[in-house]
Amino acid sequence: MFRDGLDNRGGRPIVRLDQNGLTANAPIREDTMKLDAAGFTLAFALAAVPALADDTIKIGYIDPLSGGGASIGEVGLKTYQYLADEINASGGLLGKKVEIVGLDNKTNPQESLIQAQKAADQGIRIITQGNGSSVAAALSDWVTKYNDRNPGKEIIYLNYAAVDPVLTNDKCSYWHFRWDANSDIKMAALTNFMKDRPNIKKIYLINQDYSFGQSVQKQARAMLKEKRPDIEIVGDELHPLLKITDFSPYVAKIKASGADSVITGNWGQDIALLLKAAADAGLQADFYTYYAGGAGGPTAIKQTGLSHRVFQITEGVPNSAPEAAQKWEKDFRAKEGVALFYPRAVNEMRMLAKAVNQAKSDDPKALAAQFEGMTAEGFDGDEITMRKDDHQLFQDMFISSFGPLDPGAKFDEEGTGWGWRKVGVVLANDTILPTTCKMERP
Amino acid sequence: MLQLITFSTLNGVLYGMLLFMMASGLTLIFSMMGVLNFAHASFYMLGAYFGFEISRRIGFWPGFVLAPLLVGVIGALVERYGLRHLHRRGQVSELLFTFGLAFVIEELVQMIWGKLPVDYRVPPQLDFVAFRLFDTTYPAYRVFMLLIAIAMFAALLTVLTRTRVGLIIQAALTHPDMVAMLGHDVPKIFMLVFGAGAALAGLAGVIAGPALVTQPDMASLLGPILFVVIVVGGLGSLTGAFFASLLIGLVQTFAVAMNFSFAEVLGPVAPPFLGDLWKVTIAELAPVVPYLLLVLVLIFRPTGLMGRRES
Repeated sequence: MFRDGLDNRGGRPIVRLDQNGLTANAPIREDTMKLDAAGFTLAFALAAVPALADDTIKIGYIDPLSGGGASIGEVGLKTYQYLADEINASGGLLGKKVEIVGLDNKTNPQESLIQAQKAADQGIRIITQGNGSSVAAALSDWVTKYNDRNPGKEIIYLNYAAVDPVLTNDKCSYWHFRWDANSDIKMAALTNFMKDRPNIKKIYLINQDYSFGQSVQKQARAMLKEKRPDIEIVGDELHPLLKITDFSPYVAKIKASGADSVITGNWGQDIALLLKAAADAGLQADFYTYYAGGAGGPTAIKQTGLSHRVFQITEGVPNSAPEAAQKWEKDFRAKEGVALFYPRAVNEMRMLAKAVNQAKSDDPKALAAQFEGMTAEGFDGDEITMRKDDHQLFQDMFISSFGPLDPGAKFDEEGTGWGWRKVGVVLANDTILPTTCKMERP
Repeated sequence: MLQLITFSTLNGVLYGMLLFMMASGLTLIFSMMGVLNFAHASFYMLGAYFGFEISRRIGFWPGFVLAPLLVGVIGALVERYGLRHLHRRGQVSELLFTFGLAFVIEELVQMIWGKLPVDYRVPPQLDFVAFRLFDTTYPAYRVFMLLIAIAMFAALLTVLTRTRVGLIIQAALTHPDMVAMLGHDVPKIFMLVFGAGAALAGLAGVIAGPALVTQPDMASLLGPILFVVIVVGGLGSLTGAFFASLLIGLVQTFAVAMNFSFAEVLGPVAPPFLGDLWKVTIAELAPVVPYLLLVLVLIFRPTGLMGRRES
């Protein structure tokens, strides 16, 4: 339904005011003709500004910088800026500086399209986004259409964290590349891990009510049924995305259900606050999560006192990473004051640098051709591959649990004295799932 | 089941009382000045941020006292130097003024404290388990919040009904000209009421900040619910606001706890055009329930539960 709405809107011209003025596609309605004229002049003026200077490669970072998603959106922005600084310090790409342009989408698909248009108007041709698959679906669709209409001005969309499987399956796009393992891959790995944990008898599913949360919910049910049919699903909850400030009513429900384990794909404040409410109510359950390590999560887990009972699946665990990655992480933490929540962002930027250098061009068309099938060394030293068929990256995935630091472990999180411990690995080869994508190449 | 009901009731009453701490000021201001203050939830947010700032410098308890006072002073200044000038121009400009103010405050908060949630902690003295019931713990801080809210309600009621100040305020509500004739400084009363209302919202912010999340969108998340409360309770009615707050708090908490959908209660065959709606559980509808209540009240009882006037 959501897609239909966008499709309808996609073709229709709109005029919108944003902070910098008017971003205009030619409107038709007469009462907006005046606005249109103003918008046209402004757009014209913008195009004339030497923002298109050839000495920078601009990357539009379209993610929440306000609202409920801001806590992780800001961390992402810091990460990308750090990565850009790193590239610039070693001479940039093809002698050009890399600049990250933060564009606040408020975790809202519609707002994201406005920001994407704004990026396009500024001459930005590489965009990156991660938080919210609803946003990603809208962006991917927009980029595809934009590129159809504007040959020679193509935009490439690098997705570092939106994991709805549909983006590399039915709704795949040639211009979209994904660096994070998709939700099905993560759930397959998590359920493989859970398969061998006999203490799990009753499971509660709690997820955000939008495309990604629903896909976690569906896959968890399907995969548990297949791998552990004896497990009873005692609750299955969808709650509004990033709107809830007190999860106590939900935790009371989990408690009443008698669940011994919780599966959740929640991210941003939705995972931190869920854990915080669990701590308040003294909920004793194991948590199988995608994103418990996000901002605020570790602090809340410490409060729950659930030592090594909260699990997450990621592409990197700092405490067991190879030396080079640990050194990088140490420098990063020292400078930015946050943990590296997105090793995939490092992979993305390194592969971008590789693509630019190999193609000797920063043109999205050339880059897309480079990315297809590209292999590289991942942040954690594994070999990572961008599958040509659907533009999904495959990499080793790790399951880790959170608790008091092991002797010799270097990284604790958010000053809690607790850190992540690797408890399981799924090799890249074992994460490969078939795709239904029928890629349309230009 | 009993466990769920008990804790849903506790959570619902607590949320309701928190709403009331804000709604009381909002409804008082409305009944006195005829201004629907869109910036009211922003005072709540300011309270939380001031509380945070003071608590990280000199501790939670000084913040608990000082932050609401500070917010009250800001509220009074807003009335004195903003609203009072606009009063002559009628309610629309006052409304727009508070509307703009809400955005200004949100932006200022973002500029000063950033867009990320701040680490506003429960004071160590209250960071323990108050009681354990059916194997679920209830944090002492929540009990504290509940007690403060009740104490505030009692104090407010006493001031308004048992003291001379309350008498004058009540008189000024309905007959401001007469009160002015009797030699009372009505604009000053307005200013004080506005300040006190803001201070109450600030107090709510100070105590809610550590339990919920202190972040720049806390005002915009809560603002709409406040309007539901005062409309359902009856514009300008304090007791109405009290019962409406509790009602909304309980309704919203219990709605979350309910898992059944129409399909389960009334059979799997949906009436035409209701296919999707039929399968949605009450829990998923929870966030909409207050607004549904708002619409229903406006249709069937425009004066609200306890309101007396038609405005």
